Amino acid sequence: MMTAFFASEFFANWRRNGSAIAGSVILVIFAVIVVFGPWLVWQDPYDVAGLDLMDSYKPPAWLPGGDPRFPLGTDGQGRDVLAAIIYGTRISVLIGVSAMICSLVIGTFVGLVAGYFRGRLDGLIMRIADIQLSFPSMLIALFLMSAFGTGIDKVLIALTAVGWVVYARTVRGQTLSESGREYVQAARVAGLRNAKIIRRHILPNVTTPLIVVATVQVGTFILIEASLSFLGVGVPITQPSLGLLIKNGFDVLFSGLWWVSVFPGLFIMALVFGINLFGDFLRDELNPRLK
Amino acid sequence: MLGYTIKRLIQMVVVLWAVSVIVFLMMSFTGDPVFMVVPIDATDAEIAQARRILGLDRSLPEQYFIFVQNMLQGDFGRSYVFREPALDLILERLPATLEIVLVAMAMSAIVAIPLGVYAGANPGRFSSRTIMSGSLLGISLPSFWVGMMLIFLFAVKWRIFPSSGRGDTVEILGTRWSIFTADGWTHVILPSLTLSLATMAIILRITRAGMMEVMRQDYMKFARAKGVSRRNVLYRHGLRNALIPVVTIFGLQLGDLIAFATITETIFAWPGLGKLLIDSIYRADRPVIVVYLMLVALIFVVINFLVDIVYTLIDPRITVK
Repeated sequence: MMTAFFASEFFANWRRNGSAIAGSVILVIFAVIVVFGPWLVWQDPYDVAGLDLMDSYKPPAWLPGGDPRFPLGTDGQGRDVLAAIIYGTRISVLIGVSAMICSLVIGTFVGLVAGYFRGRLDGLIMRIADIQLSFPSMLIALFLMSAFGTGIDKVLIALTAVGWVVYARTVRGQTLSESGREYVQAARVAGLRNAKIIRRHILPNVTTPLIVVATVQVGTFILIEASLSFLGVGVPITQPSLGLLIKNGFDVLFSGLWWVSVFPGLFIMALVFGINLFGDFLRDELNPRLK
Repeated sequence: MLGYTIKRLIQMVVVLWAVSVIVFLMMSFTGDPVFMVVPIDATDAEIAQARRILGLDRSLPEQYFIFVQNMLQGDFGRSYVFREPALDLILERLPATLEIVLVAMAMSAIVAIPLGVYAGANPGRFSSRTIMSGSLLGISLPSFWVGMMLIFLFAVKWRIFPSSGRGDTVEILGTRWSIFTADGWTHVILPSLTLSLATMAIILRITRAGMMEVMRQDYMKFARAKGVSRRNVLYRHGLRNALIPVVTIFGLQLGDLIAFATITETIFAWPGLGKLLIDSIYRADRPVIVVYLMLVALIFVVINFLVDIVYTLIDPRITVK
């Protein structure tokens, strides 16, 4: 399995593509942060007992007044900015990935059903998709969150509500063309149940285009979540994502305390950039036509 | 063509109707607006009285019917906070938003189209690849953070541009505009720049993809062979044919920019639609949120319609059914 992968054209192309390698390296670093986060920092940023107000607003370690215990400085409560960022990254990634998986599962299911059975249901679902796609995801999510109130679960619902459409559309189109093929007709003639035909025969043939969409969507979701949290309608203050950390640093930015908001922003940028670099590579690999 | 236009117009009405239902339902199931209008120490009788005045004691279908009826007469209710008609509030703020959105559009077109043509015409070059990485970075940036960084550098550190507000305005055609005064311009630049980055990146990428497609066509080589200058080949023959997807994206981006203006306006304290929306969400000022959503829905539907029409004008090969 592994040797087959290293011998594949995919791997050979990856090795020759500088931005694909850069993207992968960034993603691996973030994977380490997400998985091992709590063991990478010496301070639990949300254990109030471990915070000391005397440490508040210390600049990054290399600046005058900096403290080597706080490499990227501290915020107003004496919290290590780096520790807060590592915890925030975990929340941002958790939300982005889970919302992508929910959207992927729901959207694929809806697309399969609509494309396979066609008829009225198909028409209705696609109308809803059309209407939804004519509005920016950000606005729909903002509107939903303003109705729901803050919370990680609510952000997940809002993101899934805007995210399923892409999958439903893509899968439906593919299913329409696949279900006309001989092998599907043969399966029907052989008397297989619809559920089985969809699962065994159609599903495996419609998934490839979804990989790119899913990858890039994680980045989009992380940015939307950050924007929602920045506006105060995203995650609660007790579970700050990177976006909320930036918001908390906004007020003190005018006093020149830039590190509280600059570093979380750089982390989001690196994370989403890594995802997009890798997504671009996947797009070129999986759709050779577009090269 | 006429049949198509009529069909699209009917579709537009259906979409707006659907949006009105969704907006109405969402608004009905979230919170009770009666507590927005009565004082904290109101008695049960007073609350019931307020409920009757707001029409909240009727059944949902009845409420919806009244809601639509009022809307068709241009009555969207009064803001709970400002005690003014919600529509007036929205329309008063609309020019400010249009200002930064249009300047942002212009900025992104001026920067993105030439760069996209260049990167598409010379795909192998190092400079082209740098442009493409840059555009990918542009998509990866959280726009509110970019805005904050611009404020920090240009307003706090170097004190070149102001960090908030609209600055001096002049009254033209009954509304106030910042883009016609020098001071107004210094206020417009940072918000518009913040807003334009994502659009810039997207338009650049679409232009490049279109150019790469077009560069392979025989007519490009032919035009070059017959002695048309390289510049003219690229812009007259190439860009013109690569422009179709760009026009669509431009239209769609206009909608996105209006949506993202909510964030930009919040950061720069720009008194436009977006800031009004966010403030209204905080204060649960339902009528204002409803007008905002209906207005934005209307704008989007009209933009989508216009984009489709413009399509057929630039590319006569596209026939409408």
